Amino acid sequence: MAMKDLKIVGQPVKLRDLDTHVTGETVFYEDVRVPRMLHLKMHRSRYPHARILGIDTSQALSSPGVVTVLTHEDLPGKKLYNALAGAGVGPEDEPVLAFDKVRWKGESVAAVIAETPEQANAAVAKIKVEYEELPAVFDVEEAIKDGAPNLTAHWPNNHYVYPDDHRAAQIRYGDVEKAFAEADHIVEDSYQTQPIEQAPMETNGCIAVPEGDGRITVYSNTQALQFSLDVTAGILDMPTSKLRFVGGTVGGGFGGKVDIQPEPITTLAALRTGRPVKFKYTREEEMQVSSSRSAWRVYVKDGVMNDGRIIARKVTTYQDSGAYLRFSSYACMKHCGHMPGPYTIPNVSVDSIVVFTNRTPSNAMRGFGVMAGSFALEVQMDKIAETIGMDPWELRLINAYREGDMKAHRKEVEDAGMVESILAAAEMAGKQLPENFRNMSSLDRKAG
Amino acid sequence: MTKLRGTGFAAVNYPTGMHLGGDPTQSLVHATTSGNFVVTMSSVDLGQGLKTILAQIAAEALGVPYDTVIVDTGDTDTGPHCTGTFASRTTHRAGNAVIMAAEEARKVMLEVAAEKLEVGVEDLETDGLGNIHVKGVEDKAISVAETAGAAHFELGRTISGRGIYLKPPSPMDPETGESDPDSTQAHACTVAEVEVDTETGDVQVLAIKSAYEVGQQVNPELVKGQIVGGAWMGIGHALQETTAPYYPAIDHAPRDFQTYQMPGAVDMPEVECEVLEIASRNGPFGAKGVGEMVTNSPIPAIVNAINNALGVRITQIPVTPEVVLRALDEKAAGGG
Repeated sequence: MAMKDLKIVGQPVKLRDLDTHVTGETVFYEDVRVPRMLHLKMHRSRYPHARILGIDTSQALSSPGVVTVLTHEDLPGKKLYNALAGAGVGPEDEPVLAFDKVRWKGESVAAVIAETPEQANAAVAKIKVEYEELPAVFDVEEAIKDGAPNLTAHWPNNHYVYPDDHRAAQIRYGDVEKAFAEADHIVEDSYQTQPIEQAPMETNGCIAVPEGDGRITVYSNTQALQFSLDVTAGILDMPTSKLRFVGGTVGGGFGGKVDIQPEPITTLAALRTGRPVKFKYTREEEMQVSSSRSAWRVYVKDGVMNDGRIIARKVTTYQDSGAYLRFSSYACMKHCGHMPGPYTIPNVSVDSIVVFTNRTPSNAMRGFGVMAGSFALEVQMDKIAETIGMDPWELRLINAYREGDMKAHRKEVEDAGMVESILAAAEMAGKQLPENFRNMSSLDRKAG
Repeated sequence: MTKLRGTGFAAVNYPTGMHLGGDPTQSLVHATTSGNFVVTMSSVDLGQGLKTILAQIAAEALGVPYDTVIVDTGDTDTGPHCTGTFASRTTHRAGNAVIMAAEEARKVMLEVAAEKLEVGVEDLETDGLGNIHVKGVEDKAISVAETAGAAHFELGRTISGRGIYLKPPSPMDPETGESDPDSTQAHACTVAEVEVDTETGDVQVLAIKSAYEVGQQVNPELVKGQIVGGAWMGIGHALQETTAPYYPAIDHAPRDFQTYQMPGAVDMPEVECEVLEIASRNGPFGAKGVGEMVTNSPIPAIVNAINNALGVRITQIPVTPEVVLRALDEKAAGGG
């Protein structure tokens, strides 16, 4: 069904920068050479939840090689931001540099800019922050209980609030409770994933270079150049015309470079010092400071008939957003839209809830919102098969969506290929299926 | 000590494009005076081969040789807007934008060639080798290079085109969730075979066999690269990786690749894959996208294989040796 009259599309031509990736000659942001470059290092919170009583930068400022130290008092524009504010997501809840409280261990408090990375690190250690430690909460279901430590007044119950005052992104399709009452079997379980590091070979970073005409060029390994430019300009309250972002060749992303973490503060440092400034995350920062993949807890309840048809699926999901929102409300909507997986189920209910905890803020990673959903559903499918005594291949083939079926979010299935993929994998694995299953197709729904 | 083997599989679908749309990408295409074509973008290549496949798509749509297409990307001063490389969107969005720009440029190229050959535009075709000729009459031809030179120096015309792809935003109904969230869906089914050491709890993945349905492949080697790399990442997610080993507690957080364990070369089984191509209605030449889903299908397949091997029911990842041994203890105590 693919288009066969093609000349070059469909051909295995060699990756254009393959040779230079192997020899090390590909130019990445760090290969930019500019004279008089300074280095930025961040002083980070030692506590997962604490009130800031005072920040003393005097010893750091007099430390050898230090050019300046930036705290929240130096921010010319926003003190709080969310990178999706321009798309209407809010409220902006995350400090650019912490001021009243820190809400996770590793949160940015003060930036030191010095002649060398070593001098910057030495001065970071001399910053004195006086804290009053506060109770912290780490579990998503503990966090939304009455009396749990509250992270911020923005989210009084430690969860995001969707339009019309809903606590969850939700799907309501058919009548799951009625279907559960009619089902031959009820199959329930819960599933848990953990925070995961994107682990790109090249850690997050950028070099901001003042150009002498009032503009700043930012060499960045962001996954989204204009987005990073717009967010940086917004945070620093500067016209977008003053910024130029250069990148486009990046040493791995996997979702870990859409955060706009290093660029705003490095741009501010370049503006303040009038010199080029580099901020490169260490591997430790990459693992513990840059956003992880969110941890997800997914409860699935299915109503199933003896013949294998799943007639109802109810999903309740808690996404561990960590201390701030970032793109979590988007991910929970995507998680919702993915349910109930590649199956046609006539009654579906989904509640997908963003919960705030005193953890490193989580964000995008390959399969954002979907990976944990697929994990939960496919382990659940095996439980259904075992419960009703049916072959797990046949169970999936019976329920797999067909072209034109209605999905739970009320869009018809297009470009269906689930049945064909299952049959091809069965063949590869040497799985013998009955003929009526082998003859199934996404284009019709003859029962198996 | 016993080593138990098991098999599991998983079926997944994956959406193409930023959820709920509203994520445009633009492209500009212009011919140089010697007949090369520059595709100007600001999309980001993360190593997956974006620059390569955009050159392939541009060459196909223009009808010119692949080697004459130059992809210039990564500068916000010169490249038109791209929402970014994420959400399995860039092949689809950037590819469609490149086709639109290339078609506009191709139209001018053929008009110029028609004028030079004194024939009608509708009578012309490209051979993909750098020539434009009258249909069925291969020696009544003009090269792309000569056409580009004539356009600029004789006729004062620019062979260029503008392209954009936007899936209009589709808001989600807060009550029912009704929405049009994606452009298309790709599909996969992965089979995993594992061996579990019941004394140490160690899991070895012996084989990963997958069928991926990704629409038209733009570059089969790069698709395979995603599938093999995704299988590796899926093994890591299923068995080892976490930045909070005692989740939800934050203690013992890894800080480097000594304490953050990922699969090494010896942990990597052979990855077999078969790629199916069911064309997407709206993808560039029918492409869907393959960037993200390749991690999603191995994870539940591996967990199902472990459960199959041990007769237990593990419902969390990563399935570390500790998780395996606790599940076996629970089974021995009568819980399994």
